[in-house]
Amino acid sequence: MTTRILAIESSCDETSAAVIEDGKTILSNVVASQIKSHQRFGGVVPELASRHHVEQITYIIEEAMAQAAVSYKDVDAVAVTQGPGLVGALLIGVSAAKAIAYAHQLPLIKVNHIAGHIYAGELTGDMKFPLIALVVSGGHTELIYMEKSNSYELIGETRDDAAGESYDKIGRVIGVPYPGGKRIDEMAQLGSDVYDFPRAMIKEDNYDFSFSGLKSAFINKVHNAEQKGEKLDDIDLAASFQAAAVDVLVDKTLRAVEEYKVDQLIVAGGVAANSGLRKRLESIISERYPNLDLIIPPLSLCGDNAAMIGAAAQILYDQGEFSDYSFNARPGLELYE
Amino acid sequence: MPCISILDGFDGRIEENEKRGVIMKILAIDTSTQVLSVAILEDDQLIIETTKNTKETHGERLMPTIEWAFENSLFGIQEIDRIVIAHGPGSYTGLRIGVTTAKTLAWTLDKELVGLSSLQVIAGQAGPTTSIIVPLFDARRQNIYAGLYRCQKGQLQAVEADQHSSAQEFAHYLKKTYPEESFVLIGDDAASFLDIFVSELGDRVSLSCQKNQLASAYLLGKMASDKEAEPVHTFVPHYLKLTEAEENWLEAHPEQGEEEYVQKTSRLDG
Repeated sequence: MTTRILAIESSCDETSAAVIEDGKTILSNVVASQIKSHQRFGGVVPELASRHHVEQITYIIEEAMAQAAVSYKDVDAVAVTQGPGLVGALLIGVSAAKAIAYAHQLPLIKVNHIAGHIYAGELTGDMKFPLIALVVSGGHTELIYMEKSNSYELIGETRDDAAGESYDKIGRVIGVPYPGGKRIDEMAQLGSDVYDFPRAMIKEDNYDFSFSGLKSAFINKVHNAEQKGEKLDDIDLAASFQAAAVDVLVDKTLRAVEEYKVDQLIVAGGVAANSGLRKRLESIISERYPNLDLIIPPLSLCGDNAAMIGAAAQILYDQGEFSDYSFNARPGLELYE
Repeated sequence: MPCISILDGFDGRIEENEKRGVIMKILAIDTSTQVLSVAILEDDQLIIETTKNTKETHGERLMPTIEWAFENSLFGIQEIDRIVIAHGPGSYTGLRIGVTTAKTLAWTLDKELVGLSSLQVIAGQAGPTTSIIVPLFDARRQNIYAGLYRCQKGQLQAVEADQHSSAQEFAHYLKKTYPEESFVLIGDDAASFLDIFVSELGDRVSLSCQKNQLASAYLLGKMASDKEAEPVHTFVPHYLKLTEAEENWLEAHPEQGEEEYVQKTSRLDG
């Protein structure tokens, strides 16, 4: 029996709806990005994000249904991101999902956004357990151990800024428009690591990260040079920043892979689109861990999207984990609750 | 499946309605304040109304309340002809939960969608008066959301569009613009702004005798029963105010016109 899930995601600044078959096949995955709006302010304005979601939500669901060429009688469940994320933004997806589930008497599934990022792996390859997932984005930097399907153990996380957030912040310092990650990555390809920024917590015996120290070192370097009337090379600054960030991410992730003796590594989230991170992981793993299966979703599934929510929902559907209409959006929802 | 039996009865009911003139079935929702009100009506006749002033959030209680209302009616949501939503002004988050729920239901079930001012519903509770009725909500920092309505020939008419304003400036504006009129303030927050209005309008302003006016979805549905349906996809709350970020940005960029700020992509290449 084929299962089709209509999934909705609205946790931050992207309104998305998708129809996913058997947790594997993307029939549609429509995303409305608000980046251009928030660019005016150098970052996501939560109230404005919520307003844009209300403007977009029915258009996007309609288009996802149309592209998938399905009607509600072909759909087996409605899934939605419950959290973590911006509460006002999450509430739009949650309200719409409840309305559709009720109107068509479909089971309703609430999904954790981080689980969604990890299950983008199932849309890319076949998830194999045990595995380690590195979820790295503008809002998250987490290492998660999964012994089996739908079982999550948080083994490390950032103690301050998320990796993607630090890219945005240093981007602002050298005049790169928000969100800075993609542009910094492009610049980094052209430069070299001459400034040797600190690799925070790299030697510490845990799997936590810290990116605010790296950000401060970067900003200090730029400001000190300015005071001396010197101009540093933005290309080398970007390359040096990226080298430090990627070093820490790769080092800690591979240590976790070794200690937990996993078969697979999934790297997901917006920063998984970073070419420096992708290339480094691919080359080290093919050299040193030939038996480790690496899954990095294609760029289209790294950023927030509803397809990944549909993939994560399939596991809950199979286990019959359905919700009634009384649940609320949970901005601080934990993965292992 | 209960929805099957409901659908089975649907055709018969339509025929019956056609015989005695079409009856419009209405679901009305008000989430514009901390009070939740949901009602089902047939034309202007109330079938069921529930109004909750509990500690739960709208997010938690709105859909269960709609479900409960239909479970206790003789028909299902599929049989509704139109959905009426209090479109604001009011609490941004509350408005969005109500509007998103209403527009999604209207879109997915192909029903009519109608919005009505949350303030107009409060004004509708003022009772007969020759004064201009001023329903208002506290908008914090001495600001208010306020409307101007008149009761004429048993009908409530908007004198001006609802607005967001400093309470003092609004009272001053009334004094200048309507020198002959008297005003009656109404709404849960009206008493706390009375002094400001009196400072401008003296004894031309008074507080409504109707105390503790709460949202009433029954009244909302009744007042909107003959309003024209609105396009569903573009339906948004009437916030009456831009976000602070946008206000500041427009001030700094007065030359910028309206732009498309949201860009849609289809990610089928995954």
